[in-house]
Amino acid sequence: MKIEYQNLNLMLQKFKANPYKIYPVLTPHTGYIKEFKVKEGDTVRGPSGKWLEKPGSPLFVLEREKNQKIIRAKINGIVQNLRTDLLNKFVEAEETILEIKHPLSQKEIISEILLSALYIIKAPETARYILSPALASRLEKQGLGKVKVKKGEEVLIMTFMKRETPIYFSEDGNFVLYYIYFTPFQLVERDQPLLGFCQEENLPYLQKIIERIKEEWSDF
Amino acid sequence: MKLEWHRKIKDLLDTAVYIKDIKGEKFFNISSLIEEISQVYENFYQYDSKFIENFILQTENRLNSILEEGEKSLTPYEIVKITRHPQRFTLQDILENVYDSYMELGGEEELNIDPAIVCAKAMIVRKVGNDLYFHQVMVIGHEKGHGEEFRQGGSAKPWGNEKALRYMKMAETEGIPIHFFIFTPGAYPIEDYPGAAQQIARNLYYMAKLKVPTVAFISEGGSGGAEAIGLADMRLMAEKGYYSVISPEGAAAIEAKLKEGRPPRELVEKCAKALKLTAKDNLEFGTIDRIISEPPLGARRKDYEFFRKLKFELIRATDEVVLQTRSLKFLRKYALSKQDTEDFKFYVNWDLDEDEKEILIENRYKKYKKMAQWAVCEPKSTFKTFINFSHNLSLKFKNEIKYKILKAGHRSFKKFIDELTTESSLLFKPVSDPVKTVYNLIVGKKVKTKLPAPTLTEEEISPYTSPLALEDRTVTCPEAEKYGCPDIWVPDLYGEFCGVCPNCGYHFPLEYKWYLNNIFDKNSVRTFNDNIASGNPLEFEGYAERLKAARKRTGLKSALLSFEAKIGGISLVAVMLVGEFRQGTVGVAEGEKFIRAIELAKITRRPFLALVHTTGGIRIHEGTLGLIQMPRCTMAVRDYVDAGGLYIVVYDNNSYAGPVASFLGSAPYQFALKSTRLGFAGPRVIRETTGQDVPPDYHSAKNALKRGHIQGIWDRRELRKKLFTALLTMGGKNLYYR
Repeated sequence: MKIEYQNLNLMLQKFKANPYKIYPVLTPHTGYIKEFKVKEGDTVRGPSGKWLEKPGSPLFVLEREKNQKIIRAKINGIVQNLRTDLLNKFVEAEETILEIKHPLSQKEIISEILLSALYIIKAPETARYILSPALASRLEKQGLGKVKVKKGEEVLIMTFMKRETPIYFSEDGNFVLYYIYFTPFQLVERDQPLLGFCQEENLPYLQKIIERIKEEWSDF
Repeated sequence: MKLEWHRKIKDLLDTAVYIKDIKGEKFFNISSLIEEISQVYENFYQYDSKFIENFILQTENRLNSILEEGEKSLTPYEIVKITRHPQRFTLQDILENVYDSYMELGGEEELNIDPAIVCAKAMIVRKVGNDLYFHQVMVIGHEKGHGEEFRQGGSAKPWGNEKALRYMKMAETEGIPIHFFIFTPGAYPIEDYPGAAQQIARNLYYMAKLKVPTVAFISEGGSGGAEAIGLADMRLMAEKGYYSVISPEGAAAIEAKLKEGRPPRELVEKCAKALKLTAKDNLEFGTIDRIISEPPLGARRKDYEFFRKLKFELIRATDEVVLQTRSLKFLRKYALSKQDTEDFKFYVNWDLDEDEKEILIENRYKKYKKMAQWAVCEPKSTFKTFINFSHNLSLKFKNEIKYKILKAGHRSFKKFIDELTTESSLLFKPVSDPVKTVYNLIVGKKVKTKLPAPTLTEEEISPYTSPLALEDRTVTCPEAEKYGCPDIWVPDLYGEFCGVCPNCGYHFPLEYKWYLNNIFDKNSVRTFNDNIASGNPLEFEGYAERLKAARKRTGLKSALLSFEAKIGGISLVAVMLVGEFRQGTVGVAEGEKFIRAIELAKITRRPFLALVHTTGGIRIHEGTLGLIQMPRCTMAVRDYVDAGGLYIVVYDNNSYAGPVASFLGSAPYQFALKSTRLGFAGPRVIRETTGQDVPPDYHSAKNALKRGHIQGIWDRRELRKKLFTALLTMGGKNLYYR
């Protein structure tokens, strides 16, 4: 698996030109828009607190059957394309009322880049995962980005209800373990990324790109 | 001599700083005096002996007169400051100066399961003429420490209170008296096992029938933390101590309805006054037995005269407790009451025999039952009192004959016959079995008909519509985002669905009347003691109006309803703490009604159910008169459970603080509805005390179950059925008496 330099460069340019992700806010069901709690250009925040116990900023009130429901922001950002024309009007379900322009953080951009550039092993089942003992001991000695893996090598152990199933690496070529997405013995949902591998020859290029992101991007 | 003078000046400086801390900088220009003393202290060797001698004499006189002036204008909040001052004596000083020898148990200093609780085996010496008598006692108390952070200011953690209980049991095994020393601003409010509320409840439950004489000394008696080791036969209190249902800061935060931050200083001082927390107030209320006098502005670490007095008072108090159990005591009791010197005229043996232990427990029960009864607001009618008394007496008489004589006799006889039949059947079985088989073949086997088991039908309950169901609209389930619950039509939600989301099972709050109509059999609820009303015994400013408003809004006179009812034909006595009335807080009226209800259940041999719609704790506006309901009600619970009663508690909504840490938390069977939040203190208090935030589900029923606080989580829709099953399962066929 080769990194497509052009794609990566394009992606970087795109992030640079517009370091935002747009999250549309849709109506969960039909109803009347009774009140807007924000204005165009307002900054809103998503759920916060250690346990995300503090709800996000209120955006608008949707009323159905005399039930006034406050719709709140689920992510930080700036309000745009606010449909003020819909005030006191009936709206269908899943109608876009506003958009939240979310500024991407350095961490989010790196994560996007890595997800597209690395070979990812995803969780086949919702279970707990650990690195194979051989890989773990090599990792301890050599560190991330230096441990080489070969096709057919046992890289992970899936453990669920005391049953252990090995997971093997199945790609041809010279790969190194570049990123670990999970915490050992923590429950991981199905299809969540577990490990990210990079081809050895692509490694310097990938590292260069990440360094560039770290230098050029500052968090909002 | 110079060194002695130097030390003396240091003491004077400490005293001046102490006065400044308690009375403020401007009091008798104390700041400039401090500067003056510091100057001499720092440049001590530059002054000649004569100057130093004169300076000490003059400053000493000046400070003494300032102390006396300070004493005259002492406010309740200044008393609170005295008890919390680092120069105040602590348990360690008492162990050093009051007891002749001691050995700390369960850890030392920082190497301790909870450094805020100190347990020690100590020896106290009584002098009678030229003879010395040694008494062994168990000392259990809070240690605030002399500035050690690890003591947490004397706030005992749940495992600290558990340690205290362990050593109470040890003292009981060894038959030695216990001296409790209370120096706590309150318990450390965390729910980690064994849980703050649960452990205090366990301590109270055990102390109710502790078979050794107990004496408590209160310096800083903060709420439930104080009660955890405060249920004693004799309660002494330091003159400059405070004993309160809540700290003045806590009360001010509640009064100001603060969710975050510190309340204004003026309000704190006002609350300290309104709470009536001083020793004098408490003696007037009858929540303590005696005040131990202190020097002006309170005793400090080096007030040896005070320690001598305390030693004498501790011995005298223990003597009094012991003598109350003796049949031959009158002359000694009289002599003891007249005793004012530290030399005792006689020796009292503190060992109790079995009969004396019974009397001790009986005396304790009577003492606490009588406590705060003067504050019960109930219309006085001699005729009615006489009728009630006669009714209770006849009930008691009837049930004593029925259950203790007739049923007990019948049960013993039945047991004997059963044993005899089983034994003889084994003997005759080889002969009788073949005969029986042949007989069954010819005649056919007889099937024994069983008595019909009690059953539960839905038709038995009253048709009741919650006023909440009368709105024509929908509501959103708070868990809708998590579980994708559709909006619920209000008449359905508060009608058919019993206030429970049909999708995720989230429980919406319901009014107390719903429970009365949907749990118990139709027309079976009969309330009693309705005339006992919540009052304002402390004359707390503005509280009478709030009480009046609560009465008008709910039509109730107190937050506790006591009633007789039936579930599926099973008769029981129940109480319900109603959230609509002052957040279901417990004061004198509620405590008294609880005790009377549980006593009725005991007399009539019926199960006792406590339904908690909501309880916000002990009502702060009733001060220690409210707080004392914790030991009072727990003693009644212990008495009922020991007599064989079945006590079940069911929580819903919010249940916090004092009641959970006493008469509710001591129930052997506790259940919670899914919507319950259960614990000792709310998130704000936890954050302020521990400096840590707690997760939003910290007090949830699930976590309470996980911690072992409750025995199960019930669904409101099945509450009637579950209660019925619990009554049958836990009470069995012979429901009323084990």
